[in-house]
Amino acid sequence: MQKYSVFSLIKNALSNHENWDLAWKDPTPKKEYDVVIIGGGGHGLATAYYLAKEHNITNVAIIEKGWIGGGNVGRNTTIIRSNYMYDENALFSEFGMNLWRKMSQDLNYNVMFSPRGIINLAHSDAQMNVYARRGNSMRLNGIDAVLLNREQVKEIIPMADFSENVRFPIFGGLMQPSAGTARHDAVAWGYARQADSMGVDIIQNCEVIGFDISAGKVNGIRTSRGEIKAKKIGLCVAGSTNILAEKLNMTLPIETHLLQACVSEPVKPVLDNVVTFGAGHFYISQSDKGEMVMGGDLDGYNSYAQRGNLPTLQHVLTEGIAMMPFLSKLKMLRTWGGIMDMSMDGSPIIDKTHIEGLYLNCGWCYGGFKATPASGWTFAHTIAQDRVHELNAGYSLNRFNTGHLLDEKGLGTKTWIS
Amino acid sequence: MLHIKCPHCGMRSQNEFSYGGDASVKRPELGKDISDQDWNNFVYNRKSLRGKHWELWQHLAGCRQWIKVERDTGSHEIFKTLKAEEEIS
Repeated sequence: MQKYSVFSLIKNALSNHENWDLAWKDPTPKKEYDVVIIGGGGHGLATAYYLAKEHNITNVAIIEKGWIGGGNVGRNTTIIRSNYMYDENALFSEFGMNLWRKMSQDLNYNVMFSPRGIINLAHSDAQMNVYARRGNSMRLNGIDAVLLNREQVKEIIPMADFSENVRFPIFGGLMQPSAGTARHDAVAWGYARQADSMGVDIIQNCEVIGFDISAGKVNGIRTSRGEIKAKKIGLCVAGSTNILAEKLNMTLPIETHLLQACVSEPVKPVLDNVVTFGAGHFYISQSDKGEMVMGGDLDGYNSYAQRGNLPTLQHVLTEGIAMMPFLSKLKMLRTWGGIMDMSMDGSPIIDKTHIEGLYLNCGWCYGGFKATPASGWTFAHTIAQDRVHELNAGYSLNRFNTGHLLDEKGLGTKTWIS
Repeated sequence: MLHIKCPHCGMRSQNEFSYGGDASVKRPELGKDISDQDWNNFVYNRKSLRGKHWELWQHLAGCRQWIKVERDTGSHEIFKTLKAEEEIS
């Protein structure tokens, strides 16, 4: 594999950039693989990468119906954080933060990780108390957290509405200074390029039609490009989880919903951090191009449309304007939607299943992007060792049976409960 | 924006409605032997497929009645609406 560096850039500039190697190949599927990962998104690509890197399993195929990185890894608002209170979520996410910090070097691909800090705004004394508790829990787990008062928040984001007569005055906020953003497409491409170089076959435009299972054990899959045998199969298909679960006669605690995001026209630098509105569901950051990147609630009903409806967008942007009135002056550049695998307690599932050799990775709700490296790392471990790692032990499928829910925010598929 | 025909009020905009999830889910009967799996299926497990989907909506900013709606989860097309007490045929 050609190493990317300033020297390779100069060298290729001299030949008009016409001689770069392809970043990954376009192989024909083999008859058999040790592991088949279904879903060529961020999590699937990361899983294949860590299978090869950490477990030396390289006879691996990634099966993708469309093109890699065309789903949620290319549709999110790029936020990376580990500001969770529950141990399971905090330790998992912080493990991921450490992978994020060295990802560009690790992958030899600039993922533009920018630890610019996230601020969750508080709009009441009660909310300040809740944030103080969450901040303390984070610090006990070794995650940085700073409780900010109103004046401190004003110093960092003076463009927010600090006037007296507002419906949701800003009382303060909880900041995780090490949180941030990254270039989402680069994450997918970086993982793809490295996985490919270690021998993983990335097979695009290949739809999974069915599974070959006998005596409670996987034998392989049937695809639009023929049958592929596999000793182990990992499912990493986010919003399409329910569709594949149906083919496996499984019913999961997952509903598929639509989540929208949008960007404004680019403006000069105004917002240095990621900021979330505490009296609703709205988050905002500014991209390197200057666009304000915004998102919020689900559209609220089961959907596979990958295209949003206006009432939710209007509702979300109303919250944004309440928080930062200057947003009302901006023109909207682009809106889009992705389909989310919403789990019933708001936390993901990374686990084995009742079928031998079949592994499940789903339920990422609003937070799939930031989890990409930790999800890939733990899912690769679960597949390679045929047992869960302690980092994803809490993300079991069985927790819905036993009542050990991870209802960190009390948010699942039901937007109105928040 | 969706337009939903409330069986009580007629065609109304989506803004007046609140969503209530899969209408085909049945609560296990009281007094019967119910396994943990039955409860799990009722409370958490959902098919949530692409295509025609019977679901509950409440006409919250209207007559406040719960209704059943058959909608396509891929195209968002609405085929049929029923009163809450009417059985899905």
